[in-house]
Amino acid sequence: MSVDAATVRRIAHLARIAVSEDEVPHLQGELNAMLAFVEQLSEVNVEGVEPMTSVTPMQMKKRQDVVDDGEIADDIVANAPATEGHFFLVPKVVE
Amino acid sequence: MTDLTSLTLAEARKGLADKTFTSLELTDAHLSAIEKARVLNAFVMETPDRAREMAKAVDEKIARGEGGPLAGIPLGIKDLFATKGVRTTACSKILGNFVPTYESTVTSQLWRDGAVMLGKLNNDEFAMGSANETSCFGPVGNPWRREGSNTTLVPGGSSGGSASAVAALLCMGATATDTGGSIRQPAAFTATVGIKPTYGRCSRWGIVAFASSLDQAGPIARTTRDAAMLLRSMAGHDPKDTTSVDIPVPDYEAAIGQSVKGKRIGIPKEYRLDGMPAEIEKLWSEGAEWLKAAGAELVEVSLPHTKYALPAYYIVAPAEASSNLARYDGVRYGLRESAKNIIELYENTRAEGFGAEVRRRVMIGTYVLSAGYYDAYYLRAQKVRTLIKKDFEDCFARGVDAILTPATPSAAFGIGEKGGADPVEMYLNDIFTVTVNMAGLPGIAVPAGKDAQGLPLGLQLIGRPFDEETLFSLGEVIEQAAGRFTPARWW
Repeated sequence: MSVDAATVRRIAHLARIAVSEDEVPHLQGELNAMLAFVEQLSEVNVEGVEPMTSVTPMQMKKRQDVVDDGEIADDIVANAPATEGHFFLVPKVVE
Repeated sequence: MTDLTSLTLAEARKGLADKTFTSLELTDAHLSAIEKARVLNAFVMETPDRAREMAKAVDEKIARGEGGPLAGIPLGIKDLFATKGVRTTACSKILGNFVPTYESTVTSQLWRDGAVMLGKLNNDEFAMGSANETSCFGPVGNPWRREGSNTTLVPGGSSGGSASAVAALLCMGATATDTGGSIRQPAAFTATVGIKPTYGRCSRWGIVAFASSLDQAGPIARTTRDAAMLLRSMAGHDPKDTTSVDIPVPDYEAAIGQSVKGKRIGIPKEYRLDGMPAEIEKLWSEGAEWLKAAGAELVEVSLPHTKYALPAYYIVAPAEASSNLARYDGVRYGLRESAKNIIELYENTRAEGFGAEVRRRVMIGTYVLSAGYYDAYYLRAQKVRTLIKKDFEDCFARGVDAILTPATPSAAFGIGEKGGADPVEMYLNDIFTVTVNMAGLPGIAVPAGKDAQGLPLGLQLIGRPFDEETLFSLGEVIEQAAGRFTPARWW
């Protein structure tokens, strides 16, 4: 399988990465090189094989349903590029 | 006094305990070595004030007889580990001047045991790379050069800063992480020892995530014993990482010098690649002979799905990365580019903040997870992963204790030499290491010899889950037989 220019633009948008028109051919080439490389997986017989979900056999641990963290709003917003009080600022989302 | 930077971690521990020197003296010696080695670009942030402060505090503890297992030992920390109050970037522009308000579990355990932080080490952006060339701080130089050449070589990656700093004697050991070979490949390129423990052995909490089902932390050190000492402090259960395993951490150092008599060492025929340099083939047989001479038994084994590990990895890892890196949105931390609306804010920030390799992997990951392609790519890759793991399980079920392979398909190469036209050329570096991540197993890279140009080469040992001890015992045998390798100082 390989991707065309329109697919590259669509993937870029899905990945929320701005891609200029002149970058598209180059990216298309690189993505197709990767896809050509992984193509060899199609020759493996995976009939009846379970997909791996956990590399080590383990039970999902469950935490106690208690508050053990919090009241750290200052820490949470400390690295934000734009804040007001304890809120993150973003461009207007809802008109 | 002999140069304090040339001691091993174990020797330094003894010197500190005997009061031959203080942690402050040991720390100052390394800080001055770091200053003189800035051309290597191994450190992206030096923290001398903090280092001296930590050293003084630990000297007082040592005087009171309260020092921990790593009391007074100066270390470098890969910039993927969150360090409270010290900038942590994963060497990506998108994290900008991110200063964590928390400490990663692994580093907090090192400080608990008395280690001293010298600074933060360079790595490939988000640990995506095999040459440390994708860092936003620029490439790292390998302290090793080809004989008679002034060409600067790569130290490998992604933990290139860690490997370079340890090899150049700038720190006594370093933290590193390994998703497809990022500890073992740079260790092999720099004649250092690097171990990726079993998945779940070290907590991933506070480590910048790349591919969560593959990422593991581990040390890069000057000797097998030093690596064992560091891993003991780094490992352990952490309730904050649900994949961290709740089993006791053994005293790994006790495995150093243990007899390997009767251990069955698998030699996998699939790792004998067409066109593999003769010197790597030779090194591999030599390593096998050393283990045999120490009483181990060699058995030929087969891992039939080996060749599919790298392609499967380049579906699974980018898929997980595309999901993990969705958090870099220009809202909560790091870089933010201006935009008219929220979608453009995301798109502009991520275009500006991510480097070329990261953009490429996020896009391929997005593609293989997208509607209509998930089954063909991601699901198939996860099934292949099951088969890769089963190859190893079959091998261990036949009584094999560990598997010996080359660590890399070549020695270090020049900056800019690989992957320019085709990204896959660079990916092939991890061909021997990536299987281990796919199966969640422990793997250690140990220096074993040099190629014709005088560059170090390493061997890899792969172990049963949570049997890092056997790897340390076998690694020590190789280290004793091969000797230690130190680069000539040119920086």
